[in-house]
Amino acid sequence: MRNVLKHLSSKNRRSAWLTFVVFAIVLLALPFFTDALFGRGWVRIVDFALLYIMLALGLNIVVGYAGLLDLGYIAFFAVGAYCYALLGSPQLGLHLPFWIVLPLGALLACIFGVLLGAPTLRLRGDYLAIVTLGFGEIIRIFLNNLNAPINITNGPQGISMIDPIRVGEFSLGNTHELFGLTFPSVHLHYYLFLFFTLLVIFISLRLEDSRIGRAWMAIREDEVAAKAMGINTRNIKLLAFAMGATFGGLAGGLFAGFQGFVSPESFSLTESITVLCMVVLGGMGNINGVLLGGILLVVLPEALRHGSGPAQQLLFGKTFIDPESLRMLLFGLALITVMLWRPAGLWPSNQRRRELVTKNDSAHL
Amino acid sequence: MTVSISSSLLQVRDLKVAYGGIQALKGIDLDVAPGELVALIGSNGAGKTTTLKALAGLLQPSAGEIHYRSISLQNHAAHRLIQEGLVLVPEGRGVFARLTVEENLQMGAYCRNDKSSIAQDMQHIYTLFPRLAERHTQLAGTLSGGEQQMMALGRALMSRPKLLMLDEPSMGLAPMMVTKIFETIRNISVQGVSILLVEQNAKLALEVAQRGYVMENGLITLSDSAANLLGSAVVRRAYLGS
Repeated sequence: MRNVLKHLSSKNRRSAWLTFVVFAIVLLALPFFTDALFGRGWVRIVDFALLYIMLALGLNIVVGYAGLLDLGYIAFFAVGAYCYALLGSPQLGLHLPFWIVLPLGALLACIFGVLLGAPTLRLRGDYLAIVTLGFGEIIRIFLNNLNAPINITNGPQGISMIDPIRVGEFSLGNTHELFGLTFPSVHLHYYLFLFFTLLVIFISLRLEDSRIGRAWMAIREDEVAAKAMGINTRNIKLLAFAMGATFGGLAGGLFAGFQGFVSPESFSLTESITVLCMVVLGGMGNINGVLLGGILLVVLPEALRHGSGPAQQLLFGKTFIDPESLRMLLFGLALITVMLWRPAGLWPSNQRRRELVTKNDSAHL
Repeated sequence: MTVSISSSLLQVRDLKVAYGGIQALKGIDLDVAPGELVALIGSNGAGKTTTLKALAGLLQPSAGEIHYRSISLQNHAAHRLIQEGLVLVPEGRGVFARLTVEENLQMGAYCRNDKSSIAQDMQHIYTLFPRLAERHTQLAGTLSGGEQQMMALGRALMSRPKLLMLDEPSMGLAPMMVTKIFETIRNISVQGVSILLVEQNAKLALEVAQRGYVMENGLITLSDSAANLLGSAVVRRAYLGS
C-alpha cells in the first residue's frame, strides 16, 4: 500500500486520479448494478460483506499485527449489537438515537476488549486461543440466559423491532427518493456501511505505518526482544485488544440497526472462526488481503448456494446433491486448496512484496 | 580484584532469583566499570542467562540490589531500561523475523525521536556491518545465523547503549562467524560502550574481556582479570578443556 501511494505522488498522478474516480464510481454504483443484475437479495449480501470486512479488519489488528490468536472475537460484535438493541428497541423501552448508541457500543466493546486482554497478557498461541474461545462463549451464554430473573436480553428469542438507523425524520429503514433515484433500505445501508468500512480501512492503514503498528509487529515476532527495545508490551497488547474490539463493537451496532433483530445465535463460535478465516485466508497482517478474504468468504458461500443447483442441472440434467449441503463441502474444499497453494494467504503481507519491489530501487545504499 | 563502588556503572549485590522453589541465583555480586568489557562464564545451567534476565528486568529478583548509574533497578519495568542505556541482546538473538533488516534496526531506535541522528546511526551501523546494508530490505528471518547476530548487535547499538548485555552471541554460529562477531564486540567496546558478555565459549570470551566472573550453580566462584582466569588451572581444567 505504501508503495502504491508513493507511486501516486511521483509520476502518473493523472492515471492514479482516473483510477480513483473509476473506483469511486464503481463503489457508488455497486448496489444499483447488483440490484439490476442479481436482484435485491444480493445487495443485502454485499451489505453483510461490508460488515464482515469491518470485523475482519478489527481482528486483523489483534491476530495479524499483534499476533494474538483470538477465537472469541465475535463476542465484541455481540456486545456492540446488544448495546444497540437494548438502547434502541421496545425491549427496555429506550429509544436513544443511533449517534449515541453506536459510539457507546464501540466503547463498551473496547472496555470488554481490555477486560479480556488484561488477564491474558502472559498467554500466547494455543493457550490464548483457548481463553478467548471461552470468553466468546461466556458472552453468548450470558446473552442467552439473561432473561431471568430479570428479563434483560430476552434470552434465545432475541430482541426484535430494533430502531432503524435514523437521522431526524430520515430513516434508513425506509425507501427514499433522492436525486430522481429510488434508494431502498439496503442501498442506504450500503452507503453507510461503505463509509464506516472506508473509515476502518483508513485507520488500519495509519496504524500499520505508525509507531504503534511497528510495536505490535515486534511483539508478534519476539516479545522479549520487543521489551528489550523499550516497548511497553503490556499497554501495547491491551491497545491491540481494545482497538480490535472497538471495530467489532462498531460493526455490531450497525448490524443490529440493519437487521432490526438480534439473538445469541448470530454470535456463535462458527462466526468467530469465519472472521478468523477471512483474515488468514486473505493474508494475515495485510489490509488488501483481509478485504479480499472478507469479500470472498461472504460471496463464495452465497454464490455456491445459488449456483450449485443450476450448475448440476446444466451438467447432469438433474440435481444430485442438495445445493445447501454441497455449498459447505465446496467451501471447505476451497479453504483447503487455498491454504495448500498459498499458505501465506491469497494476498500475503506487505513486507514480502516490499522486499521484491524495493530490491532494484534501493541498491545504492 | 574489586572495583571501587563509586566508579562502577553497574553494581550488583547479593542478587537472588528463584524459579518457584528452585534457587537459580543464590546471591551474586558483580560490577561493571564504565567502558569495561566483563565476561561472565560458566557451564550450562550455572545461572548466567538468569543473571542477565534479572538485570534486564525480565525476572523479578527475590532479594538483592542492582544499582545502575546510581539508580536502583528494583521494580524497574523492563521497557524503561533502554532509555537509561541498559540494553539486552537476548539469547537466540531475538530478531523480528518477519520484519525487514531495516525495520529491525529501526526498532532499536524505538525510544528515540531525533530523526536525523537516527538516520546517521543507521548509516553508521551499515558501515560497521556492510552485509546488513546489502540486505536491508530482506526479511530478518531469511538471514544466516551470523547475519542475524550482527543485526541484533546493530539493533542494540541503534539505541545508543551505555551498557550492552550480550547473551551467548556465539551460540549456533560457524567458527568463522564467531571470530567475526567477537571482533565486532571488541570494536564496540573500544568505542566506549561497556559490555557484560555471557558466554559458554570461555576462551573466546576471556580473550576479549578485561575481567571475568566464573559462575557455578547460581554462585560466582571466581572473579579475576581475564588474563589471570585464562591462566588459572581451575578454569583451564573446567572450561578450556586443557
